[in-house]
Amino acid sequence: MFEIFASLGEALALIGGADPALAGIVVLSLELSLAAAVAGAAIGLPLGALIAVGRFPGRRTLIVTLNALLGLPSVVVGLVVYLLLSRAGPLGSLGILFTPAAIVVAQTLLVAPIVAALARQVAEDAWREYEEQLTSLGVSRLRAVPTILWDARFSLLTVVLAGFGRAASEVGAVMIVGGNIDGVTRVMTTAIALETSKGDLPLALALGAILILVVLAVNAGVFAIREWSARRHG
Amino acid sequence: MAERASFLVEARGVSVALGGTLALDRASLRLEPGPRTVVLGANGAGKSVLLRTLHGLIAPTAGVVAWGDVDGRPARQAMVFQRPVMLRRSALANIGYALAVNGVAEPQRSRRAAAALARVGLTALAGRPARVLSGGEQQRLALARAWSLEPEVLFLDEPTASLDPGATAEVERVIASFAAEGTRIVMTTHNLGQARRLADEIVFIHAGRVTERTAADRFFVQPGSTEASLFLQGEIPW
Amino acid sequence: MVMNLPRAFRHFGLAGIAAAAAATTLLAVPPARAADRYITVASTTSTEQSGLFKQLLPEFEKASGIEARVVALGTGQALDMGRRGDADVLFVHDQVAEEKFVSDGYGVKRFEVMYNDFVIVGPREDPAKTRGGDVVAGLKAIAAARAPFASRADKSGTHAAELRYWKAAGMDMAKDKGPWYRETGSGMGPTLNTASGMNAYALTDRGTWLNFKNRGDLVILVEGDKRLFNQYGVMLVNPAKHAHVKQEAGRKFIDWLVSPAGQSAIAAYKIGGEQLFFPNAKPGG
Repeated sequence: MFEIFASLGEALALIGGADPALAGIVVLSLELSLAAAVAGAAIGLPLGALIAVGRFPGRRTLIVTLNALLGLPSVVVGLVVYLLLSRAGPLGSLGILFTPAAIVVAQTLLVAPIVAALARQVAEDAWREYEEQLTSLGVSRLRAVPTILWDARFSLLTVVLAGFGRAASEVGAVMIVGGNIDGVTRVMTTAIALETSKGDLPLALALGAILILVVLAVNAGVFAIREWSARRHG
Repeated sequence: MAERASFLVEARGVSVALGGTLALDRASLRLEPGPRTVVLGANGAGKSVLLRTLHGLIAPTAGVVAWGDVDGRPARQAMVFQRPVMLRRSALANIGYALAVNGVAEPQRSRRAAAALARVGLTALAGRPARVLSGGEQQRLALARAWSLEPEVLFLDEPTASLDPGATAEVERVIASFAAEGTRIVMTTHNLGQARRLADEIVFIHAGRVTERTAADRFFVQPGSTEASLFLQGEIPW
Repeated sequence: MVMNLPRAFRHFGLAGIAAAAAATTLLAVPPARAADRYITVASTTSTEQSGLFKQLLPEFEKASGIEARVVALGTGQALDMGRRGDADVLFVHDQVAEEKFVSDGYGVKRFEVMYNDFVIVGPREDPAKTRGGDVVAGLKAIAAARAPFASRADKSGTHAAELRYWKAAGMDMAKDKGPWYRETGSGMGPTLNTASGMNAYALTDRGTWLNFKNRGDLVILVEGDKRLFNQYGVMLVNPAKHAHVKQEAGRKFIDWLVSPAGQSAIAAYKIGGEQLFFPNAKPGG
């Protein structure tokens, strides 16, 4: 217990010290996780809404698969992306293994199913409410997808945040495809793993506390925006 | 403008099975241009299903719904529901959305949306998010949205059932003025006073069948069937 | 901006959203930090965790203008990375495997760079009575006492060395391991964390140990045996196998490591006044 309090003190000292290396890691973590959340949302939101609104063969199978993908082990995703991006792999010529882009690719693959599965539920609820009215107005199911996404935007913001949280907390895949290269692909989680490896548990815990604070700040900010606009729009 | 069509919409022997029960049972109804029709009937008689089937929201299990031509194209139609569903955007944008979906481009879209708002007296609330409007305002907005599509037939399913008397009066006034301009009104209601105020003719529906179609002034004095007279006495005939 | 979004939706639909998202993604991913000139070095966790690279790489970068990006793995994984062409240079410590790597044509030539040494750490009370300067005797004592021993078991250079010492002690760990022999399947640091938690013995390189903070009750018990010396080699991945290997920059890195400048930089790295790595490059490899 004492160690945890000591770590919190160390976390505060680290923040107060404004260590540029640490700041770089925090900023990189935020950038990559946000990029993955945005990319995951760009894939997951339309996909989730399409599944919610659409009627096509295999829809149920797709829903079950999607829900199962929520538990996708990140190490597996990391390995698959590694093998794809490896020079010996099909996408090796891109040469992005062990770069931030590789991290975003892996995180996006982890985020997209979460966003799609949660967005499907949100969109399905919205569709239940809107179906009759939109059909009456002559809106096709395909045309309803962007309409529903836009109308459920406040709820979907939370969904995207969940995706961001997964990306920011991700370590297994990021370690494999990023390589935890100092100053290039070292993010908060892999830095924590490294310090844990070095047995510097207080520093690792302090970094963990900072990661939680950063994620908390992002969540609080988005929550405030969401509350404000939701109140305005009803 | 609708005068040239011999009929606007017609149901011919339409049956609709919903969840194992027959909500409509070989119902037939031919709507010509002209009078304001109010569909009456007990709860569960099939009023809403009839409107939705005519409107095209429910596919008939048997029989056909046919649309007449107006100016060489199928008659335009719109529907207003008991609970208006508004999109999370401004009142004006809700109308603009409906117009955009129906292929109305700018600048006509903005012009027609603004005109529709003015038509129901909501110009002052044009920029207000639609979902924070009162129930009555939302229903008038729904009427404006429907009207903006220039329908020859306007279906209204219990349009005032969730409204207070003041808002009900406003909505009735708007419906009456649409009708006066030539829009064919087909509505359901539970409110017999409203039916008296708005109906030129009554279509009475019982157990999924259209059992009577009578001029309104006659229907309320001398209904043509036992079920209808029991209904008017406020009794449920089963 | 927020209020303009519905319009964007109307005009561009999903394609617009996707394009905007892609643009955001590209903007958010920072470009390569330093110069375009960088090489990827596959090395070992023990080297990384000893802190050596933090000292070495900036000096190389200053001398050459080339950034060396280190991915730290077990030696087995690092060699595999080289075989797949995902690294330009390997900097590892398993001489037998390295020589096979080169003779299989995956590496160009192996240069010896430096050595450090392994130590056996264990509980201060040393229940198995291993203390001394003989690694084989120490391991025999651990096995005899069935005292808990944490093994990397991750095909790393350290793991390979450990298995060789057990063999010298007359034990084949594939067959002879008992419940006291705990295979962590992880890097040096995590294995030391495990050993510290269980108060177990473990074989570790001295560098990682000196940099390791969560020691608990563990101390160095066996050290100084000549057999515990741990030779590091460096190799360029063969451009004949992988055409994209940055051979010029990679060669510069290798040349610098074995040059007097590189060798003295290695010797200069100390923790608590203690030198961790001993340069021993031979002229001409």
